[in-house]
Amino acid sequence: MSDSRIGTISASGLLTAASGAAGRLAGVRPSRARLRADAATVVAATIMLLVLGWALFPSVFASGDPLTGVPAEKLQGPSPQHWFGTDNLGRDLYTRMVHGAGLSLTATVSAVLIALIAGGLLGLLAGAVGKLVDTVAMRVVDVLLSVPSLLLSLALVTALGFGTTNVAVAVGVSLIANFARVMRSEVLRVRGADYVEAAHASGVRWYTVLARHVLPNSYRPVLALAAVEFGMAVLAVSALSFLGYGAKPPTPEWGSLISEGRNYLASAWWMTTLPGLVIVTVVLAAQHLGRAADRRARA
Amino acid sequence: MNAQQALLAIDGLRVDYTTGSGPVPALRDASLRVGPGEVVALVGESGSGKSTLAHAVIGLLPSAARIGAGSITFDGTRLDNAPERVLRGVRGARIGFVPQDPGLSLNPVRRIGDQIAESLLVHGLADGRGARERTLELLDEVGLDRSRRWERRYPHELSGGQRQRVLIAAALACGPQLIVADEPTSALDATVARQVLDRLAERIAARGTTVLLITHDLAMAAERADRLLVLDGGEIVEAGRPADLIAAPSHPYTARLLSSSPSLRPGPPRPSRAVTGQPLLTLRGVSKRYRTPAGTVTAVDGVGFELGRGETLALVGESGSGKSTTARIALRLTAADQGTVRFDGADITALRGERLRALRRRFQVVYQNPYSSLDPRHSLATIVAEPLRAFRVGDRAGRRARVLELLDQVALPRHYASRTAAELSGGQRQRVAIARALALHPELLVLDEPVSALDASVQAQILDLLDRLQAELSLSYLFISHDLAVVRRISDRVAVMRHGRIVETGPTAEIFDAPRHEYTAELLAAIPSPQVAATAGRPATPSTPVPTRKGPSDG
Repeated sequence: MSDSRIGTISASGLLTAASGAAGRLAGVRPSRARLRADAATVVAATIMLLVLGWALFPSVFASGDPLTGVPAEKLQGPSPQHWFGTDNLGRDLYTRMVHGAGLSLTATVSAVLIALIAGGLLGLLAGAVGKLVDTVAMRVVDVLLSVPSLLLSLALVTALGFGTTNVAVAVGVSLIANFARVMRSEVLRVRGADYVEAAHASGVRWYTVLARHVLPNSYRPVLALAAVEFGMAVLAVSALSFLGYGAKPPTPEWGSLISEGRNYLASAWWMTTLPGLVIVTVVLAAQHLGRAADRRARA
Repeated sequence: MNAQQALLAIDGLRVDYTTGSGPVPALRDASLRVGPGEVVALVGESGSGKSTLAHAVIGLLPSAARIGAGSITFDGTRLDNAPERVLRGVRGARIGFVPQDPGLSLNPVRRIGDQIAESLLVHGLADGRGARERTLELLDEVGLDRSRRWERRYPHELSGGQRQRVLIAAALACGPQLIVADEPTSALDATVARQVLDRLAERIAARGTTVLLITHDLAMAAERADRLLVLDGGEIVEAGRPADLIAAPSHPYTARLLSSSPSLRPGPPRPSRAVTGQPLLTLRGVSKRYRTPAGTVTAVDGVGFELGRGETLALVGESGSGKSTTARIALRLTAADQGTVRFDGADITALRGERLRALRRRFQVVYQNPYSSLDPRHSLATIVAEPLRAFRVGDRAGRRARVLELLDQVALPRHYASRTAAELSGGQRQRVAIARALALHPELLVLDEPVSALDASVQAQILDLLDRLQAELSLSYLFISHDLAVVRRISDRVAVMRHGRIVETGPTAEIFDAPRHEYTAELLAAIPSPQVAATAGRPATPSTPVPTRKGPSDG
């Protein structure tokens, strides 16, 4: 129990330390360091927009058919015709990647939303009501945190059955604890503020205080966490899909694309490497945006 | 005094802060001389640039600040453009620094002995054993005697005053020629502040150390310093000996500071107003205990008082005396363990839910810190109208009209209604907090240290405002304060609290002229009272060593 708590604290500590270091850098060389940070944010935002475009309008970015291939062109390396090469059935890997973005990202967004809403409410309740509710809710959170999140989502998806929706639910539930923790600590901070007591003292009802003062002053770090956790969720969803818990083949999903390429690791490196790099890039971009948002929320 | 004799010489110093909207000057053409053995006080309100000057002297300006012009010379060495290596040799060893907030300035995970010894060790002035021995001597010197093994303790085991003494010991450790003390007592209670200043004065008198004392408190500066410099908007507007300055200020800003200082220009205590009818608020035998891991702490112990209509009762005490808890009990924001609270004749001790909420229309509160008592996300109109909305008073237009009327009442321009609190100064924020408290036409206002977070000149304005509002709206005030000088201006009666009990209560004039309890006398003695105030008008006496006054030690 205490181990998991230390884990959360050190994670948030790292976050603040990272933002603090960036702040100091920005202080020493205001113009250049700030510009570099801004440039990185622009790059990250561009990557996220591009991937969002893949998910929403896959045909615009890759007009081919992701499901049927040309057997004669199987296992070709990256080339101007096939940017990411082709797989063992002659399907264009880039097209499959673009068309898989929809499923993978929907699962990721749903997972983060589930975690954000459930965790946020749990944290709000625990922080605002306090006493027994707080104790019970936080012990549940401790239990969730004590189980490694991938193991937890594996267990959940096994119980729920295969499929992209169930993967999303499983990943979402495994992220609830983090959101509950952050939300609760923010609510506790705001609840002790003078302006909250001042509202009580001037006769405002408790639920109005919660809605007008506590929530608007505490949700920002939680939203920033959502952006950071988005990257982790991409990874978790892809991992589950890699293990075969996601959509049935031949439907493309990022994780399953890598797992399909695994059999050709020796002869066709691109089938694992390029989808893997895309996932890494998206995770890094999401994390970067999340931290930038977090810095702004704390500033 | 010419430049050769001066230990510290600052010439035409200009410091700018780089902000998003261009450079903002913090200091403009500031020049000063501090001679060896002299105690010079730099007096200014927040934003005057006094802390910037202190940090410039020790070369610890924040990274956004830039020295635009001028020079800082310490004992013949230029400091303003000196490399970090030189500054390291000067800081601590030759210039000691006493920071403002003792709560933040000690490392919480290290024993205080190690923290004092640190500067001796880094400057190579002592080896391990020598540093330990010297640390014990230093602690002895500031009144933390070695029999109680203070050096083994951690900062959280010390009170605020003790921590500040540790910081003084650390500043003295290397025997510096100059000590820069940046608001050394503004985070401390008055009696503790007096003890700390006495210790500091005693040590510097014994060693002949030069002191640059930075403070917002003109009375304290006048009492402690040989020479005063008044800083306003980054410029030194006036300099002189305390006696001359107080007797005949030449700059209007100095005159304004002087007239708003409650201890230098004490007005007559307010005449007691006749109290008729039944009291508005009555507390009887109220007690409150808190359970902590270390055992139960009695915050309030059998407190009782009556507050009549239209009257001001001041509850005076130092931090931890239970005055704020008493106020919270009176407001029914926290429940008492024992005793009764009666409001307008009705027992409200056990009132709950909707009936208590209905009663909240009739008593409102103003908090100490206007920076934390206003929701940063709302406009002033929303903040002031909040109690109206909570009780569904009027329609949207009616509430809007009432907000504007309230802004008029607290003398804020009407167009401020759409601003947020962040755009306002401390005094303006406190006006907003008062407007919010007045929105529902309450009969009782609980003012929890309403001016102690504000500059002296702003304090005077807010007190005048409160006084005027009381007369206009026939309000009753329960005025919580640690500062007797402030209380004198506004209250009809005073109750002095210590350790959760009321030790003395009576009309304001009586408390000030003939205190019966020794603790009241101690509090009165803690109000800075430069001799010059008494001799104002007469030719000033030549500057003497800093007066040291005996204060009871708080061990």
